[in-house]
Amino acid sequence: MSAQSPASGQFARFAVSPARRRKDRIARGTILAGTVIALIPLALLVFYLLRKGLGSWSPSFFSTDPTGNTFFKASSIGGIKSAILGTVEMVALASAIAIPIGIGTAVWLVEYGRDSWFANLVRFFVDVLTGVPSIVFGLFIYIVLVVGTGSSYAGYKGSLALALLMLPVVIRSAEVILLLIPDALRESALALGAPRWRVIFSIVMPTALPGMVTGVLLAIARAAGETAPLLFTAAATQKTNLNLGQFMNSLPVQIYKDVTSPTTAVVDRAWGAALTLVIMILLLNLIARLVSRRSRLA
Amino acid sequence: MTSDGTPAQVADMDPESRAKSGRERIAPRAPAPASASARDGDAAGASTATVDAKRGLSVTLEKLRAFYGEAEQVKGIDLDFRANEVTAIIGPSGCGKSTLVRCVNRMHEEIPGAHAEGRVMLDELDVYDPSVDVVAVRRAIGMVFQKPNPFPTMSVFDNVAAGLRLSSSARSAHGRRDMQSKVEAALRWAGLWDEVADRLGEPGAGLSGGQQQRLCIARSLAVEPEVILMDEPCSALDPIATLRIEELIDELKKRVTIVIVTHNMQQAARVADRTAFMLSGELVEVGPTQEIFTNPSDPRTEDYVTGKFG
Repeated sequence: MSAQSPASGQFARFAVSPARRRKDRIARGTILAGTVIALIPLALLVFYLLRKGLGSWSPSFFSTDPTGNTFFKASSIGGIKSAILGTVEMVALASAIAIPIGIGTAVWLVEYGRDSWFANLVRFFVDVLTGVPSIVFGLFIYIVLVVGTGSSYAGYKGSLALALLMLPVVIRSAEVILLLIPDALRESALALGAPRWRVIFSIVMPTALPGMVTGVLLAIARAAGETAPLLFTAAATQKTNLNLGQFMNSLPVQIYKDVTSPTTAVVDRAWGAALTLVIMILLLNLIARLVSRRSRLA
Repeated sequence: MTSDGTPAQVADMDPESRAKSGRERIAPRAPAPASASARDGDAAGASTATVDAKRGLSVTLEKLRAFYGEAEQVKGIDLDFRANEVTAIIGPSGCGKSTLVRCVNRMHEEIPGAHAEGRVMLDELDVYDPSVDVVAVRRAIGMVFQKPNPFPTMSVFDNVAAGLRLSSSARSAHGRRDMQSKVEAALRWAGLWDEVADRLGEPGAGLSGGQQQRLCIARSLAVEPEVILMDEPCSALDPIATLRIEELIDELKKRVTIVIVTHNMQQAARVADRTAFMLSGELVEVGPTQEIFTNPSDPRTEDYVTGKFG
């Protein structure tokens, strides 16, 4: 410490000690290092996805079905049209099932069930459901709807498996968001003479909307990327099929089948499909965010 | 904007007069017949002034007890809030003031595990009678909370319109025109119109704290209640905004009965016609404000208002 330092002499107790300075630096450094380490795999993932995936993209990649013809020229293996459409359709149906039920459950838990024993039972089972591996949902639907009915695989059975998978995620995220809405808001609406259901629909839900959108998107993204629940519920097919009552292709299943192929061109198609999946979810994310932002101002 | 708080103009914008005499849309400046003078002069206006002689109703508490689970927070209170008067409730923190007013419009029972006993008479109606619709009670007895809480997703206009839209029975009866005039009337009543007229579409949460609180007052006025309960409405506001609200209260009591819970004894002295002093869930004393502050009959009241405790 130089003599000019204001924290000297009678003010020496105000001086920063070198030991504290050192500790501060180490702590900051550790946190920064952690952040960088976490970013490395993410950056590598995006990098590889773009490098390997973009190579197989072409107009026909999106407009043709896979041919299954893997031992000839790379140009003859076809694209992923059936997988894209299958994923969109199955995930849309799964969302149409899981989102209303999930948000309804969350609203009941927060606004009506509160701390009752039944509400806590529901919460417990939702937690258990969250921890169930995705293949178990597939197995469940397989046993009940494929083996149980003696019928064949179908797109809607895949959707049901995905909906089961999404349900706990939607319930939990929506519940957390609804709990964040201050009680003062509900009270001021009730005090205006609003019936409870109107308070929920006109005040609580719009306020919670942006947060609930985030939770729903997480659920959709998770469902869209799942292979296991679809393998023996919707199975796989090559032809584009828009009928949910029949076999349906999907991006994750297509990727799963392609990466195990010995043909390089087919493995590359898996990369292209993976990039497509990531970009589809990204787009969905952007659209949903725009929509929820717009509706907040309206 | 005290200018729009003058009786004449207030009467002009009175939602009631619009609704009753308006039929369609009244030009904002067309004075309603039988205005403020009728309201002030009871005898003169009694027969003809029905147009806007919308008066507050009295509220009488009879042996009111309020519980949180097993804990008794309000211990059997008899108290009278007279029509078109301002009654202040003072007392130290935790004495049950807020609980008491929340029992009046049955908001107390919204808290899990809470319930109330005894009777709350709105004029001659027991609001706790099983045949009474709690939603209708709350429409007749509005409430303004401690912290300004405009609905965050709504614009200034929608915040005021919310009361009309949210109360289901009133909903279908409100045309667009009618809605606009009612919102304007409520905002004028709350002395906020001049400040927000050109930004009705902006978010209500973007206003200043004092404006937000007046917005909340306008919101409860839009439903045309007979009684307004104010639970420390100024405790989050600066002195200027507080003054505005106090002026407003003075104006509003011509039209509604007001009950105000306050920690601020000067405020009670400024706005209240009568003051009630509560201590540990019991009513110690109630009387004309002047008397409570200058010549209380109970020594505990004297200790409190002179600052010996609390």
